[in-house]
Amino acid sequence: MKQKFATGSGVAGLALATGAVAFGAFLSSRHRHRGFDDGPAFAKRQPPGNLALVGRSVTIRKPKAELFEFWRDFSNLPSFMENVESIEDADANGVSIWKIKAPAGRTVDIKTEVASEKQNEHIAWRSVEGSDIETRGEVRFEDAPGDRGTRVSLTISYDPPAGALGRAIAKLFQREPQVQARHDLKRFKMLMETGEIATSVRTNDETRAAKQENG
Amino acid sequence: MRALTWHGTNDVRVDTVSDPEIINSRDAIIKVTSTAICGSDLHLYDGVIPGVKPGDVLGHEFMGEVVETGSDSTLKKGQRVVVPFTISCGGCFHCKMQQYSACDNSNPVEKQDMSASLYGQPMSALFGYSHLTGGYSGGQAEYVRVPFSDVGPIVVPDNLDDDKVLFLSDILPTGWMGAENADIQPDDTVAVWGCGPVGLFAIQSAIVMGASKVIAIDHYPNRLALAKKLGAEVIDFRETDVREALMEMSGGIGVDAVIDAVGMESHGFAIDNMIDVVKQKVGMGADRASALKQAIMAVRFGGKVSIPGVYGGMTDKWPLGAMMEKGLQIRGGQTHVQKYTRDLLAKIEDGTLDTTFLISHRLPLEKAPEGYKNFKEQQNEWTKVVLKPGMEN
Repeated sequence: MKQKFATGSGVAGLALATGAVAFGAFLSSRHRHRGFDDGPAFAKRQPPGNLALVGRSVTIRKPKAELFEFWRDFSNLPSFMENVESIEDADANGVSIWKIKAPAGRTVDIKTEVASEKQNEHIAWRSVEGSDIETRGEVRFEDAPGDRGTRVSLTISYDPPAGALGRAIAKLFQREPQVQARHDLKRFKMLMETGEIATSVRTNDETRAAKQENG
Repeated sequence: MRALTWHGTNDVRVDTVSDPEIINSRDAIIKVTSTAICGSDLHLYDGVIPGVKPGDVLGHEFMGEVVETGSDSTLKKGQRVVVPFTISCGGCFHCKMQQYSACDNSNPVEKQDMSASLYGQPMSALFGYSHLTGGYSGGQAEYVRVPFSDVGPIVVPDNLDDDKVLFLSDILPTGWMGAENADIQPDDTVAVWGCGPVGLFAIQSAIVMGASKVIAIDHYPNRLALAKKLGAEVIDFRETDVREALMEMSGGIGVDAVIDAVGMESHGFAIDNMIDVVKQKVGMGADRASALKQAIMAVRFGGKVSIPGVYGGMTDKWPLGAMMEKGLQIRGGQTHVQKYTRDLLAKIEDGTLDTTFLISHRLPLEKAPEGYKNFKEQQNEWTKVVLKPGMEN
């Protein structure tokens, strides 16, 4: 790394480096530490401000195969993921561009590829070179007890870049990332169990106004 | 359309608001023919329920005619339907267990966080009852958008007047479930606190379920008279020491089952209740639970406690020791309306249950604010107000 003596960038660089190390350590530790108890990694107590890993689980009264199939078609994701504006079909290399809503009406692009997948079990994706943000995500589908359907767990980790845009993105992601993950999963559940996403608006105009506000 | 809207404590008005539209494919639009003011609407009127916004359309007891249907609604235009106050999807884990008031999917995602922080998991949606339960526009209006219209509304035969079936929307099943939660056995003596609509229907239900004796507790003479007419023995808590009376009336055992049909704005002069009144007024959120505390003391060892009365927050001086040492079964919950509507409609049709005795006043929708005021302030005479949007002013 090219060092400058200006204090500001030095501190920023140090913070970034520390953040990256902490992030890496965190990712590896979540596996190592498993075994002390059976809670999911994302439910572990974390130091305040450490929001690198978020995750949530939801139980959906539908078979694994049906849920997997819907999720695997990434073009379905914007229908229940609030932050995702659009997802292009994958190119020849299997890379698709996810447009994510950012503050002030902007969007950021994440070039995403499938990192691993197993039919009806899990799908993992990650950003590749040229993305505005480094992120990876995974969704797992497990049979829930009895006839309760499927337990769906979503885990997202991310590493925001430096700079103003990075801060804006970090703010966006850190605003309430747990809440965002839970909201997305619950909308997915609604869509799968009822065929629609609940809303208490009275008129279609209200729906349009709400969309503009969020966009 | 015209609709009754909330503007603040003791301030409700009939305003012109936008007509509802079909939003989701399972929706239907109902033209309201009858809608009632519920005792729990008074909690909104009194400003003790959080999450109500100015302009919100209230009302969760309503029925009417289907005038529009979404592509996946099973209703047909022109049908007369009664709409449960609980909004339920019919497809989630809780709905499949017939725990309709715990539906996972009816409360919009962005509205779930507040009640999830309060209770550990989010509440499901109700019509016209604050943004905690979804912020859906309610039934005290000319028209209502009804989501999941293939699950909730029950079609009623034309030969039954609105007044006979309207209360299938809430208070009749709520009274019934209140009695069912008390697990009433044939020889039981059952005490019911509160002779408001839910209490009276709980009394009626307990008698239908075979209780040997039902004792009703209130202080409004007219309401006690209605309870007596249904077959209950009555206690006026201003005249009589309730605990002592119940001990003697149950032969020194304590009553087998107790039903709290009062809820969070309990009257009473016990010191803990007076402290709770103050806390509630200054927004410290303490529920006034003097009726329930009294009920827990009055019930016998191994007895059953049912709570159809509405509570929302915390309470102090809870008789935890009595609850544990006496081995009580305690059950509460918002009503799983859809579980009961069919059976209760049959009981109305065959004459087992009559609900019309309750209605003291019928008003046009435009006079709804007057209805709220009197229902609150003149509880002795104003036992139930039904609003008729089609009625001449």
